[in-house]
Amino acid sequence: MIVLEKRPQPSQAWSLATPIVAVLATMFFGGLLFAALGKNPVESIMTIFWEPLFGEFSFYYRPQLLVKGAPLVLIAIGLSLGFKAGIWNIGAEGQYIMGAIVGAGVGLAFYPLEAWYIFPLMVIGGALGGWAWAMIPAFLKVRFGTNEILVSLMLVYVAEQMLASVSLGLLKNPEGFGFPGSRNFQSYASAYNAELIEGSGMHWGVVAALIAVIFAYVLLNRHMLGFHIRLTGEAPRAARFAGVNPARLILFCLGLAGALAGLAGLFEVSGPSGQITIDFNVGYGFTAIIVAFLGRLHPVGILLAGSLMALTYIGGEIAQSELGLPAAAIQVFQGMLLFFLLAFDLLTNYRLRLALKEVA
Amino acid sequence: MKLTTLLATAAMALGMATAGVAQDKTKVGFVYVGPVGDGGWTYEHDKGRQAVEAEFGDQVETVFVESVPEGPDSERVMTQMALDGADLIFTTSFGYMDPTINVAKKFPKVKFEHATGYKTAPNVSVYSARFYEGRAVQGHIAGKMTKSNVVGYIGSYPIPEVIRGINSAYIHAKKVNPDVEFKIVWAYTWFDPAKEADAAKVLIEQGADVILQHTDSTAPQAAAQDAGNVITFGQASDMSEYAPMPRVSSIIDNWAPYYIARTKAVMDGSWESVNTWDGIAQGMVEIGEISDAVPADVKEEALAMKAAMADGSYHPFTGPLNKQDGSDWLAEGETADDGTLAGMNFYVEGLDGEIPQ
Repeated sequence: MIVLEKRPQPSQAWSLATPIVAVLATMFFGGLLFAALGKNPVESIMTIFWEPLFGEFSFYYRPQLLVKGAPLVLIAIGLSLGFKAGIWNIGAEGQYIMGAIVGAGVGLAFYPLEAWYIFPLMVIGGALGGWAWAMIPAFLKVRFGTNEILVSLMLVYVAEQMLASVSLGLLKNPEGFGFPGSRNFQSYASAYNAELIEGSGMHWGVVAALIAVIFAYVLLNRHMLGFHIRLTGEAPRAARFAGVNPARLILFCLGLAGALAGLAGLFEVSGPSGQITIDFNVGYGFTAIIVAFLGRLHPVGILLAGSLMALTYIGGEIAQSELGLPAAAIQVFQGMLLFFLLAFDLLTNYRLRLALKEVA
Repeated sequence: MKLTTLLATAAMALGMATAGVAQDKTKVGFVYVGPVGDGGWTYEHDKGRQAVEAEFGDQVETVFVESVPEGPDSERVMTQMALDGADLIFTTSFGYMDPTINVAKKFPKVKFEHATGYKTAPNVSVYSARFYEGRAVQGHIAGKMTKSNVVGYIGSYPIPEVIRGINSAYIHAKKVNPDVEFKIVWAYTWFDPAKEADAAKVLIEQGADVILQHTDSTAPQAAAQDAGNVITFGQASDMSEYAPMPRVSSIIDNWAPYYIARTKAVMDGSWESVNTWDGIAQGMVEIGEISDAVPADVKEEALAMKAAMADGSYHPFTGPLNKQDGSDWLAEGETADDGTLAGMNFYVEGLDGEIPQ
């Protein structure tokens, strides 16, 4: 019979191989799923993975990968620092929304003025909005020991209601015929998060995501605070003995995650999305949690994982349009990816062994 | 090279290449905000799509993408359809408005039809249905049949379309039942069975024995069925599996005639940007079979009202009517103009509560 035997040391080789094995397994079982739905499995997998990168219209899809992946990576980097330290920020979606609202509010307050300082102020506003929203669970945890998972998650729903409120009231477009939604930033030049290089999909959010990856890498590997974060996650008691101040860590991790999520929200609302609407949020804050774990909480891993998730989203949409695959099948596919990753992760810490009954 | 030029060139090259081959199929794309199985709004749009396929057979090819969130994702899906060679694209939700205009700019040869919007362009038309005519019938039946005099209304978003529906239903319920009261709950979603069921339950607990909805699922019908003695109306689709109780009638969106007409226009080259707002008269709004749970005299009156709206002799918004704050709106015999209706942001006199801001 097959026995799970704990490894004395986590296996390095498996640690690196797990994501790749998970992707291959997802491709295989996803192919089976699509075949069961009556679609050609090879064609479906090719459409999802190959088409966006090298297919006929990849000149359009490749930039879209950046557009879709940037918010995921930006938020996931912030989340990963917290997750590494055992601080579970599940409310990134709410922080994303609040960052967008505050940043958009700053921009709209200046309308119709055209000036170079408007966009930077919006960026600061977005970061502050997300940071402030994350400070609520942080403060409650530090002061009263409340569970940050619950508080941050519940605050997502509060943020959604606030989004609806400002879309209908405070930030509503006065020239919008009574319909909800703010002005469209794409027609407000000073506030528009335009592509830096026309047609590349690279807007300021993409730049911010790349900077965040580098920053997180340096922080985790070269800075004392990064060491403290890693230590708290792996050995909390040792961390306390080493003099890590848990309150400071909580405030830092949640604050940074909130700020980054808020930035992602701001870049999205002033760029690809264009306006504050009731349905502005599409779940990036939650998908970023998957991206963070898919990237094994490592900055470079998150960059790759974010790109992979973006690929499955965009490839999935192409598959729906060209092959008639139902939307739900693509969501199952994405869920499979996470499931296999977590499942194969087991092999990093455990070894499979065929145990024969011992005699005597 | 600018992306727009690149895309336009690619699209034109594609178009010319395919035209070089035999008389090619007209490709029609549909972008849906919900799942085709929602039994409501998207379901009816998909039936319209199937009608186009049935009508034109081999001459058309239809594609659709469902559950597309409003925003940049919809822009990408539309661009993708256009790149894949679509000639006509239907975008079936208000929130797709700006993305539709953006994509239309990049693909001037592709025609776009945006549902329930107000922005047009040389290659973008808008279309909507006069749902408020159906609401008038619902309001009449509701007013007559309610015993508790409390009518619950599940609103989606406080946009003019929904406010119009509430006002129309209220006016006609009040006409036959001066004591009727409307309780309105805002769900802030078009489709969310869990939220809709909760909203229905809350309204029933507050004494409502009639539930009207502007959301797309059958969840309120199921909740009403559980409660018993509560009547509901199907929304966008017939929802006849809940007939004869609780669903006593319904508003059915019938997009098929419009979709077929517009596809034909693209095929014979006569397509132009128009702003269509059709109702019962043109067959875009249908009233579902009024069930036997409704008394015969009420059913007759409802059908008579429907016929009067169909031949244009009756307009649901006919004065004398005042706004909620008491100010005059319509004089005796005066009917509301389309402009006011399109941007309606006020309740009529008698409705309690405020429109969320």
